[in-house]
Amino acid sequence: MKDSICKKQVRVLDGFLITLIYISTIISVGILIGIIGYVAFRGVSSISWEFLSTVTSEIRGTFGILGNIVNTLYIIVLSLLIATPIGIGAAIYLTEYAKPGKIVRLIEFTTETLAGIPSIIYGLFGMAFFGVSLKLGTSILCGCLTLTIMVLPLIIRTTQESLKTVPLGYRTGALGIGATKWYMIRTIILPSAMPGIVTAIILSVGRIVGESAALLFTAGAGYYLPRHFFNHIFKSGGTLTIQMYLNMERGDFNNAFGIAFVLIIIVFVINIFTKVLTNKMRKG
Amino acid sequence: MEKLISIASKMAISRNRNCQNIENVDSINGKSKGKSFIENFMKYIFTICGFVAVASVAAITIYMIISGVPAIFKVGLGEMLFGTVWAPTASNPSFGIAYIILTSIIGTLFSIIIGVPIGLLTAVFLSEVASKNVAKFVKPAVELLAGIPSIVYGILGLLIINPLMGKIEASLFANSTTHIMNGGANFISAILVLAIMILPTVINSSETALRAVPTHIRQASLALGATPTQTIFKVTIPAAKSGIITAIVLGIGRAVGEAMAIVLVSGNAVNIPLPFNSVRFLTTGIVSEMSYASGLHREALFTIGLVLFIFIMAINIIINKILKGGGKVER
Repeated sequence: MKDSICKKQVRVLDGFLITLIYISTIISVGILIGIIGYVAFRGVSSISWEFLSTVTSEIRGTFGILGNIVNTLYIIVLSLLIATPIGIGAAIYLTEYAKPGKIVRLIEFTTETLAGIPSIIYGLFGMAFFGVSLKLGTSILCGCLTLTIMVLPLIIRTTQESLKTVPLGYRTGALGIGATKWYMIRTIILPSAMPGIVTAIILSVGRIVGESAALLFTAGAGYYLPRHFFNHIFKSGGTLTIQMYLNMERGDFNNAFGIAFVLIIIVFVINIFTKVLTNKMRKG
Repeated sequence: MEKLISIASKMAISRNRNCQNIENVDSINGKSKGKSFIENFMKYIFTICGFVAVASVAAITIYMIISGVPAIFKVGLGEMLFGTVWAPTASNPSFGIAYIILTSIIGTLFSIIIGVPIGLLTAVFLSEVASKNVAKFVKPAVELLAGIPSIVYGILGLLIINPLMGKIEASLFANSTTHIMNGGANFISAILVLAIMILPTVINSSETALRAVPTHIRQASLALGATPTQTIFKVTIPAAKSGIITAIVLGIGRAVGEAMAIVLVSGNAVNIPLPFNSVRFLTTGIVSEMSYASGLHREALFTIGLVLFIFIMAINIIINKILKGGGKVER
């Protein structure tokens, strides 16, 4: 008997394909481990207290990224202050108010489109619209407004997802005992969707921290500490990524790797936060 | 449910308190005017928020067209799109972007050819082959890969891939007199960096698509005597086809639009996109020249931006079409 049920046929193609699958996975994971390992290996040596806590000084010939850290914080906080309310508002409109139809489809299509536009286009638009037409020049505020549009789809979609998971019973229950719509949204829907909203904010922070092309021509490359707390937003301010790009251009790779290491640690922390929150949401 | 009850009881208490304070108790017939004002006000606020995305897309489209079109009229459409000489600062400037467009198209194509099979097979591993414990390790790794800033990919391409390519180049063109050495900053390096960058996008979207394939389809295939591998390649992947195509198109979008990772890796001279030539992409052209460009040069860079924008809009519309078509089939 050639084709007995007891005797397993050896399929060469199967083995080949399975090997391909394993090789691909090893490549994907290997690349990640390689990237993190190499950046950590090259970056750790340039990280010192001076690197993290001073501003670059041409006179003393020292290099520090404190100014860039402060600029990054400015941009994160200001962009999110503008983008979060708008994003949540849009998500609420889409899930609670709008009737399914052309308008919803239009908004969802434009949100998808915004998510697909590459950051260099945002950079060009920000420079032409906020920078030239609104006369903000290259300033932190100009960069923030540009990034606001960029993270908007992320916030809208993530918030929308979490609003959709709020059970219908909560809504009908609240309306049934006499709450008005806004009262229901304020006291029941939003608190229930909180983990999702926080996830959206954290994801946006990650996107802003890693952004470079959209900021190069909008926020500029300044690295000084703010002299006035509020006036600083009208000054040029480069984030960590921009400073890293400038260092690379100059051929100063040690400090560039130092910044890369800081960036990867930030991304890592953000990933852990999102993981914890999404787990909470699922159990929730 | 307990949560709801507690919220409801709290609400009832607060309402009671309100009623005691107000002389005219809210009747079911008389609507309170203050409340309906806030209700309407909030409704308008939310509606406005909803349209911010629409307004942004409209503004971006209008601005890209307004700033990109003037250079086309000044230089001439044919001369710009089909001209091959890019010399914006020469005394007799020339603004041909044919090679730049070609580089972006071919570069994206090859990065997809390299990146998609690896990404798709990794997604297959995650959703079909891996045990839960292994997937628990691989999945976060892929997510982390997606979060790494593009500039970090750039520095690695510059310091790892470029020297490697430089060596290959030096040995290949050792006797060539026409080839200009560029230390490995060439087309292949840029393609490799792009292929790595689209991996997480392709893996995540195709994994979602594969997981959405109903289990009973797999069980039916296995019950008919197909091996697990045959099931994966002949049943599961075809069933997840529309999702996988979306993943590929998303990958194309990411590769076309990537700028900072390849600006220093690709060499940045306008050349025919041959493997060992120093090349310039649509995105890298903008990044490297915008800081000092002025006048017509600046307008021409905006035209490059407009070309890129048209590519991206086309890709977005394709994704939208696929998603709609896929939705109909599933129903």
